[in-house]
Formats: sequence, C-alpha cells, structure tokens
Amino acid sequence: MIDFPRWKYWLVLAVLLFGILYALPNAFRPQAAVQIQGSSTHPVTSALTQRVGTILQKADVRSVDTTLQDDRLLVRFTNTNTQLKAYTALRDALGEDYVVAVNLASSVPHWLRAIGANAMPLGLDLQGGVHFLMQVDAHAVLDQQMQRYMDDVRDSLRAKKIDYDRIVRRGNSIHVEFKTAAAREAGRALIARNDSALTLVNGTGGDGNLALDATLGPAELDKIETSIIHQNLSTLRNRVNALGVSEPVIQQQGATRIVVELPGVQDTAEAKKILGATATIEYHAVDQSADTPQILKTGIVPPEDKLYYTRDGRPIVLKKKIIASGDEMIDASAGFDQQSGQPTVNVELDSAAAARMFDFTSKNIGKQMAVLYIERIPEVKKVNGKDVHTAKTKEEVINHAVIQGVFSKNFQTTGLTQSEAQSLSLLLKSGSLAAPMNIVEERVIGPSLGQQNIEKGLLSVLLGLGLVLVAAAIYYKLFGLVADIALVLNLVLLVAVLSLFQATLTMPGIAGIVLTLGMAIDANVLICERVREELRNGSTPLAAIRAGYEKAWATILDANVTHLLAAFGLMTFGSGSIRGFAITLAVGILTSMFTSVTVTHAITALIHGGRKLKTLSV
Amino acid sequence: MEIFNPNSNIHFLNLRRFSITVALLLFVGSIVLIATRGLNYGLDFTGGVLVEVSYAQPMDATTVRDTLEKGGYGSALVQSLGGTREFSIRLQPRGAAVATALDKQQGAADQVAAQVIRVLKAARPDATLKRTDFVGPQVGSELRNDGVVAVIFVIIGIMIYLWARFEKRFAVAALITELHDTIVTLGFYALTQRDFDLTVLASVLAVVGYSINDKVVVFDRVRELFRSSRRAEPEEVLNRAINSTLSRTIITSLFTGIAMAALFFFGGPAVHGFAITMLIGIVVGTLSSIFIASPLLLWMGVSKKDLMPVTKENPELARRP
Repeated sequence: MIDFPRWKYWLVLAVLLFGILYALPNAFRPQAAVQIQGSSTHPVTSALTQRVGTILQKADVRSVDTTLQDDRLLVRFTNTNTQLKAYTALRDALGEDYVVAVNLASSVPHWLRAIGANAMPLGLDLQGGVHFLMQVDAHAVLDQQMQRYMDDVRDSLRAKKIDYDRIVRRGNSIHVEFKTAAAREAGRALIARNDSALTLVNGTGGDGNLALDATLGPAELDKIETSIIHQNLSTLRNRVNALGVSEPVIQQQGATRIVVELPGVQDTAEAKKILGATATIEYHAVDQSADTPQILKTGIVPPEDKLYYTRDGRPIVLKKKIIASGDEMIDASAGFDQQSGQPTVNVELDSAAAARMFDFTSKNIGKQMAVLYIERIPEVKKVNGKDVHTAKTKEEVINHAVIQGVFSKNFQTTGLTQSEAQSLSLLLKSGSLAAPMNIVEERVIGPSLGQQNIEKGLLSVLLGLGLVLVAAAIYYKLFGLVADIALVLNLVLLVAVLSLFQATLTMPGIAGIVLTLGMAIDANVLICERVREELRNGSTPLAAIRAGYEKAWATILDANVTHLLAAFGLMTFGSGSIRGFAITLAVGILTSMFTSVTVTHAITALIHGGRKLKTLSV
Repeated sequence: MEIFNPNSNIHFLNLRRFSITVALLLFVGSIVLIATRGLNYGLDFTGGVLVEVSYAQPMDATTVRDTLEKGGYGSALVQSLGGTREFSIRLQPRGAAVATALDKQQGAADQVAAQVIRVLKAARPDATLKRTDFVGPQVGSELRNDGVVAVIFVIIGIMIYLWARFEKRFAVAALITELHDTIVTLGFYALTQRDFDLTVLASVLAVVGYSINDKVVVFDRVRELFRSSRRAEPEEVLNRAINSTLSRTIITSLFTGIAMAALFFFGGPAVHGFAITMLIGIVVGTLSSIFIASPLLLWMGVSKKDLMPVTKENPELARRP
C-alpha cells in the first residue's frame, strides 16, 4: 500500500525482534540451588568446590552443576526436594565458616544475559517469603543528639570559663542562662563557632537572667532524619547479607519507613531477631563521687548522672556523657580473654571515638569506667483502645572496672555470656541501627501458595488471551486475525519491557496484564468499526482502510492518554503490589498503542497493498 | 459478523429522563449504602492478623470457627477461599483475644499465627499454614487516605486534559459520570460487604481508567459530528454519536469482560476482587457512556460553535483534515 512508509516496516520488525529477545528469558524457569558465600577469612575457592562435592556425595544428593562466580558458589539441583536435602547437609558441614542459603538460580543462557535480557523477578506472592514494613523511630535518636549537643555546649562553656547560671533542654532546643550580657555574648560566639548547626536566639530567663536559646532548625532535623534512614538501610542490607538470603529487597518507603522482603525465608522469628535487634554498647565514666545510698533513698540523681543497675542487680551511678558508643565502631569480633578465659567482644573504634577514649583514659587512670549494654525489644501496648508501638529498653551495666592503662583504638569488653558476645559482635559489625524500628506490617507467603499463584496467573493470562483472540477472529474475520497477531505481539512486548525494567511480577501485575490484553483490542475495535463504516458509506476498500486508520487515530490517542493519566495516578501509591499493577497498566497502554495501530496497519498494508480489492474481510 | 444493525438509530436521548433518574437513584442509593453499611475494609486497611490455612481433606468453615473458639479465638472471622480445603482466618486488632495475645507476645504476629495453626492442628493434623499477614493499624489508615487522594488526582488530571482537548462541558460531564461509576462500584461493595482490600482499590482506579476511555470515544464522535455537519441540532448530533459508536462501545466491553471473566474463574482468590470490580465497572461504565454522558452534555447546552477549532492564526492549516 502506498501510504504506509517503508521505514515503518523496519521499525515493526526491529520492535518485534526486541520483544522476542527480551521476553525470552522468562521462558527459562529458575533452578533450585544452594548458594554458599564466603568471607575474608574463609574465601570461596576451588578447594571448597571439591569439599562441597564430597559433602553432597556423603549425603547422597546429586547436583546438576556447580559454578563459582563473584565470590560465591552456586550448586544447582533438579528439584526442591534434593535442594533442601543438600541445604541441610551443607549448612551442617559449612555453616560455621560460610553463609549457606537456598536460592533460585537463573537458567537464562549466557548470551541472553550478555545483552541485558533477564527474566522478570517474581514478587513474594509468586514465590513465597516474608515481607516486613518497618517504621523508623527517629525520635529516640534526635533525643540522643540533643543530649550530645547539650554536653558539648556545657563542656565548651566550662572549658572557656564562661560563667553561666543554668542549662536545660526544652524539646529541640537548649536553654542557657547567663548572669551578664558579656558572658552571653562570649557564650554565643563560642557556641556559634563549635556547633554551626544550632540557631541562636537571645531571650530572657528567670531571676532577671539573660537567656540564650540554641535550637536545631527544621533543615537540620531533616538532615538528621535522612541520615538516620540511610544508615538504617545500609545496616539492614549488611544484616540481610549475613542471613544469606538471595535477592532481598530493602527499600525506603515514604519518609520514615523501610520495606524488607526476603524471598524463600519462612522462619520469621529468626529473621526478625536479626533485623529488629538494636543491641549496642556505650562506654560511660562511673561517678565515684555520687552518694549511691542517698540517691536510692531520695530518688534525686545529680543532673549529669543517671542511675543504672548491674547484671547482678547492684545499683551504680554513671555519668550521662558517652565516651564511645556502638555506632562508632569499625570492627567487632567475639573471642575469649586469654587470662580469664571469659567470653569477650574485641572492639575497634573509629578515629574520633578513639581520640576521645585516649583523652579520657589518659586523664582518668585509676578511676572506673563502665560498659552499658542496651537492648531494645519492640512491644505493642493498648492506649485508649488503640495499638501503640513502643519499645522496652533494657539497659544494664555489664562490666565496670578500674582503668589500668591508657588505650584508644583497640580493646576488649567482658561480662557477657558466650552467645551474647557472639550476637553482639555480629550486630556491632554489621553496623548498629541509627534508630530503633518497629515492624508495622508483616506478611508470610508459603511456597506452595506462590506456586499455586503462578499457575493460576499463567492460566488466566493464557485463557483471557485465547478467548479474546477467538472472539476477535469470529467478529472481524481477517481484520480480527490481524488484530490477534498484534495482541500476541503486545503481550510479548509488554513482558519484554517489564523484564528490561526488571519490574517485579506480582499477582496484581498479572491482573494488570489480563486487563491490558482485554483493553488493547479496543483500538482494533475502533479501527475495524471505522473501516466498516467507511465501506457502508460507499468508500473503496483501500480508501476505507486509509480513512479508518486516520479517523480512529485521534480517538485512540484521546482515549489512551486519559487512560494513561489514570495509570499514573495509581503509580503515586507507595505500596509495592499496587505500583506493580500500575506500571503494568501504563506500559501496556503504550505498547498496545504501537501494536494495535502501527503493527496492524503494517500487516494490513502487506495483505491488501498492490491488489485490486472488491471487498474487505472485516 | 455483525450483531448490531449499522443503521440503527435508537433514540437514546428520548430516554434521558428515565435513564438519568435511574442513574441518580443508583448514585444516591450507593451513597446511602456506603454511609450506613460502610465498606468491609480488608486487612490492608484495618490492620490485624490474617492467617490462611489449607487442609488435605475437606473441611467446613463452621468447624474451623468452632475449633478456634475453643482455642480462645472467638472473634476470628473464618471465610472459605472457594472450595472446602482453604480458609482465611482474620483476627481484627480490636478482638480481645488477639489484643491480649499481641500484648503478651510484644507484637509478634507470627506468634499469633503459630498459635492459631497449633489450635487447628490439634483438632485436625492435616491443617497447614499457607500464609500470614500482619498489618499495623496506622499503615492501614494512611493507605485509605492515599487511595482517596489518588482517585481525586486522577479525576482532576483527566478533567484538565478533556478541558484542553475538548471543552469545559465535556470535562464536567466526564467528572460527573466518573463519580457516578466509582460510587456505584463502591456501592456494590457496601451492599455485598465483600472484602475491600488494596487490590480492589487498585481495580476501582482501573475502573476510572476504563470508564473514561469509554466516554472519550463517544465525546470524540460528538466533536467530529458537530464539526462536520452543517446544521447541527445538538440533540440529533448527540444521538447519532451514541448510535455510531454503539457497536464499538459494546464490543469492547464484551472483549474486556471476557478477559476479566477468565481472571475471575481461573485467577484464584488473590485476584477475585479485582476481576469482580472490573466486571461491575465495565457494565456501569458502558451504561453511563450510553445513557448518562450525552444527556448531561445536552443539558449543559453543548453546541457546534463551542467545538469549532480556533482558526485565527492559520485558517489554511485548520481546514485540512
């Protein structure tokens, strides 16, 4: 046909090729596999490959294939039964030194992966696993931060011998009162130099004092909050890696929430223990001048101190100021004290904390220092009939001893049981959470349900497609068959684009695919009806085709743009499964516009072009 | 094959009093239903714990309920997931048993689930856990707000587009029919008290998309006919537009309906709600495209001169097709 330019045929061919290539990986089913990950002390080597071979032989399990790539060993199996048998055997034999985990290995050929063609990752509802949504409690950290600022301000005022009357905290600001204007000016200059983050405002205090309010501005608060979330994200990543879960999802959702999805995991208790634990340690000076019995009797603690208890229940008064804390540690490992044989945690501090530690120990030899162990246990309480997430904080002094000598970067902490030392070192190493988190949503999807969903989803896509194909062919004859080809290509193209984006396939996503298939035919219905109309009005067949496509196009465009707007509206939703649906819908609208119009036009032109037609099969 | 007489000229607009009255009744009825009965929000919105179990041998919901009641979960909502082997058990956060259990276990939903499955297993050892969901209450209420905001934004976006591409009366007519379709679909949920979960909310938004698609096709024809006919009596033009798009309107609905029916019958419980909403939305959307949108245009007084392209800059260009 004359009015269909040649370059468009090439375009259709190119898109067809692209679609088939990039949709193809989804035809390769992932294989059951066991993944073995090493560490710096226990790297994955070819020697390990042999060891794995003998372990599997002993357990009477046959593997399909063993490959070594990117510091991990992937052993593939034919089915999940042998996979689980092998997993138990390998974990028992290697579990102490390596991270062993069940995994689904991609079986996509190498040449496809080389061009970036990969299968769509499956959502949890299609492969089973656990999903957590966690609320980050930034409040506790801001509190700590303010305490640190107040300590800083007080210390620097004292060091410069600036005379102040009192210093108190009021929410996100520090209220300092001075006797004289000169002192206030000096104090103001000092604070401005030391802590530029604080906004300083003059005011009046009690007893005719001159006050200075140092406040943390909203921009600063935002900055702190963002950095808290980021630290929590990276900490969670480290911890999930330690669990050895394959392809986990750890993402920020909204301003203060984090989504964690662990495919294949079924034991939520174990996962939660590692994810939610917020054990950390802090080093404090013991206030030896404090009158402990008096404090216990009156309940009045000096403002710079706080009362704690040791593990055996004895009271001890510590200075509030933190010398070093868990988030300032570079490395931690569990071990045993060489002299006493007690379990220890060997700690390495970062340079700032090391400097502080050095400073403190060199000035305080012969005095006492204590190690405070802080553990946070999330709980739900009822307040006015509503669930309120809170956390019980367990704080105890695990160890206090006289400082024998000066130390800074490396030292050890004793006073824990062996298992506590081990889990504490793991938590310290993978980074402590900047802020505690509460689980606000939790979903577990069993593996059988996932399989069932895949089968049902696939069946409904194929059936939906098949029915529409038959209906179109019956109703529009040859034009219907052409539309059918376009519809199949639309499915291929949709899958290809989604695979290229690596969009996660979920059940709502599958529903979106079926809906897209049903609605994609709409453009062809519009075209066919137009062609029929033109024929009825007495146009020649070729003119009817031309006019049909031309007139239908404006309508198709308007209808699809408005539909696309609706899909974009859905995308603004935070929730993952809905977004999957919306993305499927939006991509489907775009691909269907191409296949229903350009592809069918090309085919129609090929069939009818250059021939003298008396009738059209429409 | 043709089902519809291509030369049909059914006078749809003559029915406008009747059709608008029916639409109004449906609309008001739905609002009353939503206001009085409310939507039966699913776990996604209310928060709570959901446990899905499957049995190797047939079982019935009443027995499951009794077993749970004996085990101290009297407030549990037990529903069959189609068939006699799979059941969903929902524990609202308000249920005293769950609240205390959650308190005791410090929010550990998996422990509640484990307890439920233990109770069921004690009575029938062939029970297995399929999945559990726990949603905190504040997450749910946020989602509900997000959903309302999303619907409003979508409708406003569509209005702006139609205003620009067509004319303000078309935008208003679209808005009213959109509201009608959405509210009536929601009314169905209020009437049947089916679970309204996140997937259903997504499908309600998909209904908005489908229904606007349908209206735009008719509007497009209205505009075309107004522009091409010399003596354009609004009533006659609107009627002709409906008639000439009638075949397309119904065929597309049928085709989409077929696909959704496949999803409904074979897609399993996860997409049941989605398919039902779409099927209802398709029916309501199709009817409102035929019976409601055009009478609204007529009443707002749409005319030929509103739709003529602006031809000031280059009259030569505008005359081209």
